[in-house]
Amino acid sequence: MENLLPTEDEVMLRDAARGFVDSAAPVTNLRANRDQNRPYDPALWAEMVNMGWAGVLIGEEDGGSDMGFAAANILAEEMGRTLAASPFIPTAVIAATALRQAGRHGALKAIASGEATYALAIDEGRKFAPETCALMAEVSGNGFTLTGRKVFVADGISAGRVLVLAKTEAGLTLFDIEADRAGLSREAQALVDSRDHAALTFDNVEATGDDVIGAPGAGMEVLTPALRAGQAAIAAEMLGLSSAAFAMTQSYLQERKQFGIHIGAFQALAHRAAHLWSEIEVTASTIAHAGRMLDSDPEHAALAVSLAKARASETSNLAVREGVQMHGGIGMTDEYDMGFYMKRARVAGEWLGDYGYHAAIVARARGMAA
Amino acid sequence: MDGEQGHLDAFRAEIAAWIDQNAPTSLRQRAFTEEDICWGGRNWQFKSEDQKRWLELCAARGLTAPRWAKDYGGAGLSRAEEKIFLEEMDRLQVKRPLESFGLWMLGPALLAFGTEEQKRHYLPQITRGEIRWCQGYSEPGAGSDLASVQTYGEDRGDHWVVNGQKIWTSYANKADWIFALVRTDRDAPKHLGISFLLIDMNTPGVTTRPIKLISGASPFCETFFDNVVVPKTQIVGELNRGWDVAKHLLTHEREMIGGGAGALGSRSISSILADEDMMADPVIRSRAMKLDVDTLAMDLTLERYKDLAKQGGLGHASAMLKYMGTELNKDRYELLMAAGGSDALAWEGEFGSLASEWLRTKANSIEGGTSEVMLDILSKRVLELPSK
Repeated sequence: MENLLPTEDEVMLRDAARGFVDSAAPVTNLRANRDQNRPYDPALWAEMVNMGWAGVLIGEEDGGSDMGFAAANILAEEMGRTLAASPFIPTAVIAATALRQAGRHGALKAIASGEATYALAIDEGRKFAPETCALMAEVSGNGFTLTGRKVFVADGISAGRVLVLAKTEAGLTLFDIEADRAGLSREAQALVDSRDHAALTFDNVEATGDDVIGAPGAGMEVLTPALRAGQAAIAAEMLGLSSAAFAMTQSYLQERKQFGIHIGAFQALAHRAAHLWSEIEVTASTIAHAGRMLDSDPEHAALAVSLAKARASETSNLAVREGVQMHGGIGMTDEYDMGFYMKRARVAGEWLGDYGYHAAIVARARGMAA
Repeated sequence: MDGEQGHLDAFRAEIAAWIDQNAPTSLRQRAFTEEDICWGGRNWQFKSEDQKRWLELCAARGLTAPRWAKDYGGAGLSRAEEKIFLEEMDRLQVKRPLESFGLWMLGPALLAFGTEEQKRHYLPQITRGEIRWCQGYSEPGAGSDLASVQTYGEDRGDHWVVNGQKIWTSYANKADWIFALVRTDRDAPKHLGISFLLIDMNTPGVTTRPIKLISGASPFCETFFDNVVVPKTQIVGELNRGWDVAKHLLTHEREMIGGGAGALGSRSISSILADEDMMADPVIRSRAMKLDVDTLAMDLTLERYKDLAKQGGLGHASAMLKYMGTELNKDRYELLMAAGGSDALAWEGEFGSLASEWLRTKANSIEGGTSEVMLDILSKRVLELPSK
């Protein structure tokens, strides 16, 4: 069994990331962005690029820092604490992992340098189910023509490029195209978390063989490891979100007085807080394990990643529900930050597979009868 | 690092070969029950010659207490070596030679608080399985409120005369000695008038009475002290500071119960997952999937907390393992019963049946501090929530 505690390097990375996120991207930024209808913040991403976060999973030969998946999870977790919105997971985690699988050094260099950001166009219906892709890429001449629609595309408006999964005669195929290519239209989807999401319509979008990542028909071979990395990272983000929501609740229990005593002295609240803390601790173990598995044995990391995503979805949901309830009236107000945590937890829990999707992967890996 | 890894690899090869050569075949099936455990003690009836021989062989190498110093009957292994030893035992599917409260609880307390003379006297008897210990903490009037002990030791110069009653003393009727919390100063604040005494169960005036549980088993007793003479040499730690020893020891107990030590009552729910018929019920199906996720997450947490403990102790956070582990275990058994239907209701007495294990798990979240006490510890000590 691997050691599930952070290494010295990881502790340093976490401290540095926390310091940066606290000062450069506090929750007040999210509030300001929402109020000004600005779902993303290119300046913040530029700073993250300067710190090497864009290249966390990119080899040094392509300008990355190659720190590994556990390190990527730490960065995602710290961003989750303040709900910092950035293209980190779609670009630096998912696209970088897919492009690295396919040996696309030019694209990797562009990510590491901050020149390129990516959105991931996978979903078509209300639930995550990449294998049931209906968007068609028909062979035309030496290339393909893409027609169909994708929804729930994170960073779909801000990203310069799109990784899109399409069905070809050979099977599912992953394409890498510019977001402004002819025939591709992007329509913002306002979701509860006030971030950049879009629906993408592909109307006879031309793609060449060069745009195919991996081989035609082998899209899932490239995409699956990338999705796993992304699922682990979003789970880590939800762990950070849960910890931060819990810390707010804990402080409130320590300060707020009712009936002449601190409300944290009431067992009805204290025991619920202790239970919530325990659940967060248990989930933290699954995040650590997923990072270690992705770094040491990525071929066999499916169970670990789905375990982490399932637990993180459930725990973050509990953390924000308890957060609102224990804060009482102010927890329900827009003026208070807890609501932002609740909204983001719901979106993150759904993205890249919800609890049921991942619990089923765990159960199948554990020998569940069909 | 290479040197250390090289040493550990060599150790693994050596210890694996030793286990493989010496562990009797009859002790190498994976499925075993509470009945198969070797607890040792003066009155222990070995279940087989193999059980006796395996204990002797391991004790001779100090492997019943791998990390204790050789002078105290241990093997003097490092944490890393101990981990390897236990991994190899698991891999070769060999049963532990000895389980006991002496190994789990009194030993660690003596190592932390005992005198050199006490360590040299009591610890080797534990590692050889010669003396079986029980724990005398709870009293009829002091359940969760452990520190309000009334059992009193009256100072008579070179000894105390102890009178009172303990309850929930695990296996007191089978134990040779008891480590007990005894009030030695009635005027001091309740945590500061307690001493940690070692008492021979053969001393005149000590009697026990087993308590039968809903599971049919009688793991607990009432223990009575009627003018029991205890020499002053049999105190651990300082006079009236027994609470410090008890707290230290309770931490070990919590880790043990939360970790499902001895693999008791840890039936997996993978049997449900793999059963098409059981999984056809959508309610059973979703509960099984969720409990499997939670069990895997809890197993990882035990591993992570073991690593944390190596870095300097868990302190009060161990209450989390106890709380989450025992509650999860109860949930798991509820599901096993539900999935088993009327088959699961079969009653075969205190051992062996799913139903008796199901009932036994109900005690897990009560013994060693209730779940509610654990939540109190977490909220006050770990989360630092105010008390007023």
